Amino acid sequence: MSDSFVRIEMVPAKAPPLSERGLLKWLRENLFAGPFNTILTLATLYALFLLLRNVIPWLANGVWYADNLQECRDIITAYAGEGATGACWAMIRERWNQFIFGLYPQDLYWRPAVAFVLLFGAIAPVLFPKVPRQMLWLTLFYPAIAFFLIWGGSIWTPIVAMLGFGVMMLAYRVLVGFTGVTVAGVLGVLAAVLWWLFADAAVAEGLARALPIGLESVGSDELGGFLLALVIGVTAIAFSLPLGILLALGRQSDLPVIKMICVGFIELIRGVPLITLLFTASLLLGYFLPSGTNLDTVLRVIILVTFFAAAYLAEVIRGGLAALPRGQYEAADALGLDYWRAQRLIILPQALKISIPAIVSTFINRS
Amino acid sequence: MAEASKMHVSDEVAIQIQDMNKWYGTFHVLRDINMTVRSGERIVICGPSGSGKSTLIRCINRLEEHQQGQIVVDGIELTSDIKNIDKVRSEVGMVFQHFNLFPHLTILENLTLAPIWVRKVPKREAEETAMYFLEKVKIPEQAKKYPGQLSGGQQQRVAIARSLCMKPRIMLFDEPTSALDPEMIKEVLDTMIQLAEEGMTMICVTHEMGFAQAVANRVIFMDQGQIVEQNEPKEFFSNPKSDRTKLFLSQILGH
Ligand SMILES: Nc1ncnc2c1ncn2[C@@H]1O[C@H](COP(=O)(O)OP(=O)(O)OP(=O)(O)O)[C@@H](O)[C@H]1O
Ligand SMILES: [Mg+2]
Repeated sequence: MSDSFVRIEMVPAKAPPLSERGLLKWLRENLFAGPFNTILTLATLYALFLLLRNVIPWLANGVWYADNLQECRDIITAYAGEGATGACWAMIRERWNQFIFGLYPQDLYWRPAVAFVLLFGAIAPVLFPKVPRQMLWLTLFYPAIAFFLIWGGSIWTPIVAMLGFGVMMLAYRVLVGFTGVTVAGVLGVLAAVLWWLFADAAVAEGLARALPIGLESVGSDELGGFLLALVIGVTAIAFSLPLGILLALGRQSDLPVIKMICVGFIELIRGVPLITLLFTASLLLGYFLPSGTNLDTVLRVIILVTFFAAAYLAEVIRGGLAALPRGQYEAADALGLDYWRAQRLIILPQALKISIPAIVSTFINRS
Repeated sequence: MAEASKMHVSDEVAIQIQDMNKWYGTFHVLRDINMTVRSGERIVICGPSGSGKSTLIRCINRLEEHQQGQIVVDGIELTSDIKNIDKVRSEVGMVFQHFNLFPHLTILENLTLAPIWVRKVPKREAEETAMYFLEKVKIPEQAKKYPGQLSGGQQQRVAIARSLCMKPRIMLFDEPTSALDPEMIKEVLDTMIQLAEEGMTMICVTHEMGFAQAVANRVIFMDQGQIVEQNEPKEFFSNPKSDRTKLFLSQILGH
């Protein structure tokens, strides 16, 4: 027994036979697995052939330089014969900048371009924890910077508007010791709104007269194309997420007034199509704002799109909140965490994680 | 096993409940509850399902609100005043049947969260305390894992350690072992026995009668929202007075 042969090394595995590896195997398994499969594959190949037979000449006959459509067609006929079709790229070559910038003055293109580049700097620290934390200052002031670059005008307009947030923080800091987080937060927002409605314009004007610094002003009607879509989209996403979270929490609140306001807001906005809101907005805002205020069109659209996205987000986030077991709330309570800390540290991180897919699809649908 | 008589009960009142009543809508869950708990007492509450045991201990840290009567914990009366509620909650730890660990945080973060945010303990110090209590419940090596990676018994011990990190004066347990597999029950009970020996005031809803006999200085029997009978464990088990207690004991002990 002891001297019988024992193999010490494993024999290396052989490569599988040709029919079981590589392209052939893949083809057989994925494209020709059975008669039905084979027919489908052949039909698809034929459809692809038809498509390409028409598209390739259209692309190949494309014309980049022409003054108008007729000239474009003439060139194609002359070049490829009667009845041939071809793409007319001349228009796009001529107008690509309008697709991107709308009617923005050509010599000022650098301003939105700089704002676009800075946008990545502002987003980076939010998405990647490795980015130095100091970059968050850029994120914080980015709205004012981008506004100033794109619209121009007096530098004081965005600065004074940002001061509104300063007023909010200040009011909150002063009040939080006396009234608690919730009431101080509400009063802080109220203080900021009062600042924007009544102090903002006067202060900005005064400062602009005393110290006129600024860029050439560009009107909202000159924005367009990709630039406008990006401005509205980015702003709406940035502001609707926090607003949506607050609305979702408010809807679950034990305080009847807050609950009623949030439910009313959400249901009103979800009950009406966006386009209707956009039309009614100018009318309603005219009633609510002090006379003489003339809210910019783009700003109006941004506010409405933000509200709209926020109302939908609130419902999505509410779903995430409802999916959490009650035990999580109870454990947080039993440990003595107050409402806002429990929300921030325990509830929202889990609820938002559950609702991320739905949040993303809401953004894509609405924005 | 520990001997109950060794454990010291002081005269200081930890919890005082007087003529307390609670309703869920029209359903009268707790009826005329009177109960005094002294510092260092280990009380076991038992009774049939739906008798209001959970509701009673959840009233003590105001996870549930009572409608009539008075509950005073550590000299602080529980009213709708948030400040009082927060004070009581930072003195009273609670362990749940289903552990309720925070799944998105590591074990260590579960333990340090409340000390850092509620007690304002510096992070370093909170972590040292957390490791101390993890050693105590005998799972320091799990600190960096997430709750989902631990067994039920380990999770429950983490939950006990999490409560202890707040340095509570009173601990409430709501059926801490009834979601566990039999082989894990002992490790959790051992932790609780150790806690009792160190003089913690404990109220424990459980059907582990071995635990009651070994550790409790008083057993309370509840039925239909009332405290039917209470006694020291030896008397309670050998000589129950009411018929309802006898029936209950014969159901869970006999066979
Ligand atoms: N939120 C609630 N709303 C209405 N009724 C409730 C609520 N919570 C509990 N109850 C009822 O109150 C009664 C007491 O419940 P409780 O959970 O305190 O019982 P328990 O003694 O802990 O029972 P178990 O041993 O099954 O845990 C039960 O009849 C239950 O159905
Ligand atoms: Mg119960």
